[in-house]
Amino acid sequence: MPELSYREAVRDALATAMRRDDEVFVMGEDIAEMGGSMGVTQGMLDEFGPERVRNTPISEMALVGAGIGAAMQGMRPVVEVMYEDFLTLACEQIVNQAAKHRYMSGGQVKVPLTVRTQGGAGWSPGAQHAQQLEAWFVHVPGLKVVFASTPADVRGLLYTSIYDDNPVVFFEHRTLYGIKEEVPDELEPIELGKARVHREGEDVTVVATGRLVHEALRAAEEAEGEGVSVEVVDPRTLQPLDEETLVASVKKTNRCVVAHEAVTRMGFGAEVAAVLQHQAFDWLDAPIERVGARFTPLPFAPVMEEWVVPHAADVLEAIRRTVGRNGH
Amino acid sequence: MAQVVPAEHELRRVIGDGESIPDREVEGLGEADLLELHRSLVLLRTYDERSLVYHRQGRIGTYAIFWNHEAMQAGAVHALDDEDWIFPSYRESAIGLLRGMPASTVLSWWRGHPAGWWNPADYNVASICVPIATHVPHAAGLAWGKKLRGESACALVFFGDGATSEGSFHEGANFAAVTDAPLVLLCNNNQWAISTPLEAQTRAETLADKAVGYGMPGVRVDGADVLAVYEATREAVARARTGEGPTFVEAVTYRAAPHATADDPRAYIDLERVEEERKRECVGRYEAYLERLGVLEPEHAEAVRSEARELMRRGIAQAEAEPPPDSELLFAHAFVDPPASFGSDLDELRRILGDG
Repeated sequence: MPELSYREAVRDALATAMRRDDEVFVMGEDIAEMGGSMGVTQGMLDEFGPERVRNTPISEMALVGAGIGAAMQGMRPVVEVMYEDFLTLACEQIVNQAAKHRYMSGGQVKVPLTVRTQGGAGWSPGAQHAQQLEAWFVHVPGLKVVFASTPADVRGLLYTSIYDDNPVVFFEHRTLYGIKEEVPDELEPIELGKARVHREGEDVTVVATGRLVHEALRAAEEAEGEGVSVEVVDPRTLQPLDEETLVASVKKTNRCVVAHEAVTRMGFGAEVAAVLQHQAFDWLDAPIERVGARFTPLPFAPVMEEWVVPHAADVLEAIRRTVGRNGH
Repeated sequence: MAQVVPAEHELRRVIGDGESIPDREVEGLGEADLLELHRSLVLLRTYDERSLVYHRQGRIGTYAIFWNHEAMQAGAVHALDDEDWIFPSYRESAIGLLRGMPASTVLSWWRGHPAGWWNPADYNVASICVPIATHVPHAAGLAWGKKLRGESACALVFFGDGATSEGSFHEGANFAAVTDAPLVLLCNNNQWAISTPLEAQTRAETLADKAVGYGMPGVRVDGADVLAVYEATREAVARARTGEGPTFVEAVTYRAAPHATADDPRAYIDLERVEEERKRECVGRYEAYLERLGVLEPEHAEAVRSEARELMRRGIAQAEAEPPPDSELLFAHAFVDPPASFGSDLDELRRILGDG
């Protein structure tokens, strides 16, 4: 099995779909000669040409809006929004348009659009370039939301998203582009709405997304040394959520920590906790713990950024709390 | 109804080339003004060049280079009064220096230190909005407010060529026009938005043509000619103060440096053109002009450069001497009155950091 970086895996999913289908094309700011601000589309201009690797003006609303127009005509556009903070500039098109066209046409119009974006802290980009806004979009009926945490996942999930007939907002994490993982020789699509159990355990389930999957795996290693067996599950698709896998895991371990980089308060983790307490109430031996960023904008100062976003130590502490071993 | 006035297409110039293109003089500018402009140019140039070094030394974070943009920045600001507001983009991060802001403040901003938070009202220099064009509506609103209050101050907003593709630019410009807001829209057309060239940004023959659609005058100046920018901005400010509304000034130059320290433009830019532009960079052009005019003595120029270098040395030393920020600052300003329940976030952090 070949090893791909997360960045290469995204590129491979795009290129594989584009080789297979003329309907698939990519569009975004600085994605052609420059290969995207994160280098994801490097080399694609040479293979596919400027019609299918389209550089656009700095117009996020037009970018997503034009993608909707193309999608309504049967194309499968993949739009890159440079930073997920800039999704805010395209929100009308994503929230009021892409998400609603099928519903408002009685199912006659479909919008098979994929909006790829990236974000996240860990490299000090400041308050307007590092947010994790996935919780905004899981709240909108009509959208599917994916947040992939590994090369194999990002490859299989992005490919599936491109072929999904619903609009998909596809989140990548900036600090994961360099990580590597073995992937299948031939691209294997991964079904949306299916969680991945990264590690099996008996005592606590950690439901984690994005960068926090890796932090959770580190925390699980450490907990193992303390005699606590941790199961780490990544939902991968946030909307629709694989409730079945999460509930089954918690019924087995009886304890749960939900971990994401986005702010904890009013977050995606609250929804997961609500689902679990409702469906696994009688199995829970401890309150569900949440781990996320503290409720404040992200500071530009590297040291302060570290204070805001969660790390393995925060997950580990939450694990200890659920098993009553933290002494606080 | 306002009448449609076509934009001026010809690039206005004041500084000649010392050969076939003659120099002009700007009415009302005396020797002291000319030297003051020179001092500002050198200050900005020194700031920019030293910042690049500081970035490479790991002393400041990612930095947006403004080399060869000093003329449009200094020219525009000198046409304003101190009561007038400046709305910079990240390309004008050091514009506060021209309003007396210490270099350590700007350097602290790039270091991500709270000492870099200037109070906009202290200098009439707004905070920088990094997402493109998002500050154009703010400038329109502030300018309109000045007018409604019967104050004489106006506002000037800097943005790039790429910004004209954003919805915020359109909405801000149109809003300023219909309210006759005293606003100068100063477009830094350096012909590149990271890797996207102007011709991929617009089909308009010139960016100044966009002004026609908003019913405001559009003028084009050589953006590397500090006096041309000064003159055009002064006219725009005069219109603003007399209630005639906003003006669009397109300052045309060429980005002869990377977009920012994180960018490598070799993949997309015309390197020969960059070399050509570097030879006619704006500070050297102005110095040659002053020398032809007999205004700038070499000793004076050297003294100005030396003063600017000293200011930077002190600035970075002061910025680096700032004590580490207190963790309380993380939450102190997220809300005017932080809800009591959020105190637990700080308590938890302090416990983890072992200082609470």
